[in-house]
Amino acid sequence: MVAVLAIIALIVVAHQLHPPAPPAPAPVTAAAAPVDELVVVLPSADGHTGTVVVDSQGTRTVLNQPYASNRIGRDAGTMRLSLQELRSAFGAALSSIPARPASFLLYFITGTDQLTEESRGELDRMLEELRRRPAPDILVIGHTDRVGSEPDNDRLSLQRAERVRASFLAQGIAPERIQASGRGEREPIVQTADGVDEPKNRRVEINVR
Amino acid sequence: MRWLVILAAAVFAAASYASDVGQIKNLSGAVHVERDGQRLAAAPGMGVKQADVLVTGADGSVGVTFLDNSLLSLGPSSTLAIDRYAFDSITHDGQFDASLKRGTLAVVSGRMVKRSPESMRVRTPSAIMGVRGTEFVVKVDEPAR
Repeated sequence: MVAVLAIIALIVVAHQLHPPAPPAPAPVTAAAAPVDELVVVLPSADGHTGTVVVDSQGTRTVLNQPYASNRIGRDAGTMRLSLQELRSAFGAALSSIPARPASFLLYFITGTDQLTEESRGELDRMLEELRRRPAPDILVIGHTDRVGSEPDNDRLSLQRAERVRASFLAQGIAPERIQASGRGEREPIVQTADGVDEPKNRRVEINVR
Repeated sequence: MRWLVILAAAVFAAASYASDVGQIKNLSGAVHVERDGQRLAAAPGMGVKQADVLVTGADGSVGVTFLDNSLLSLGPSSTLAIDRYAFDSITHDGQFDASLKRGTLAVVSGRMVKRSPESMRVRTPSAIMGVRGTEFVVKVDEPAR
């Protein structure tokens, strides 16, 4: 659902930024001929357009402009596809792109497996987002700051991850879809001396796909 | 460091043991997977393996997320073969070859393409496409009879 909305939004935005070029005068013969194979490069969610290199019958065509298309083996060059053509040819495939993999960070009250108030709200938003994914795979990794001993922090980091995992289980997500692990104080976001109580390091990372 | 190595080894072992290279995330209408000569009904959460062929019916569509976060989806009346898929989750090196025999395919390339451009290739009956990132669509009309 999110993906669908994102694509629609993208198409709408792109439409405003780059109104489709007026239809080129159609060559008489090409108009009647069916398109056998067509490839179109799209701007991605971040607005950047990538590149696809098409090799066919000894000819190389590079597509790297938004909505640049190539009728493989028919036209050597590229042509900008209109959004109407894109939607009518690829609508179903585009709306079936799975939800984008996403990462989240939740923060904890010092020395505990209790989320900060802000992160409790963030957890609720995340659970809402997860409901829109029919078959999510979730990786939960707990971390600590550098207060306390390493073994204690190993335990605490896992406890934090398990606590977040329990929230997902309570939402009815199947246990085999959620992996939880703890990394103790080994992977701080902010590098600190030992014993420093850095809030940004007391966290759980959640990767969903 | 030692733990990192053990963790890495475990991740690697799990990946090669399970041999799922992707997973069906969403589908509608008739969709099946051809595997080892069998025809399996597809469902959300089902694993996708190397050498699988994904087939959608006239009302079907399906979306698959792969280990490197590549996303592929098919529109109706489409056939896509996963010819080769390998991905090292530590180095992000890999190779992804897929063939669209007919129908429509949408691609969002993943980590392996970010790591090494053109590690992903999509074949059609008359072309090979090297993917340097990130989003594109391909259509193969059924041959006229």
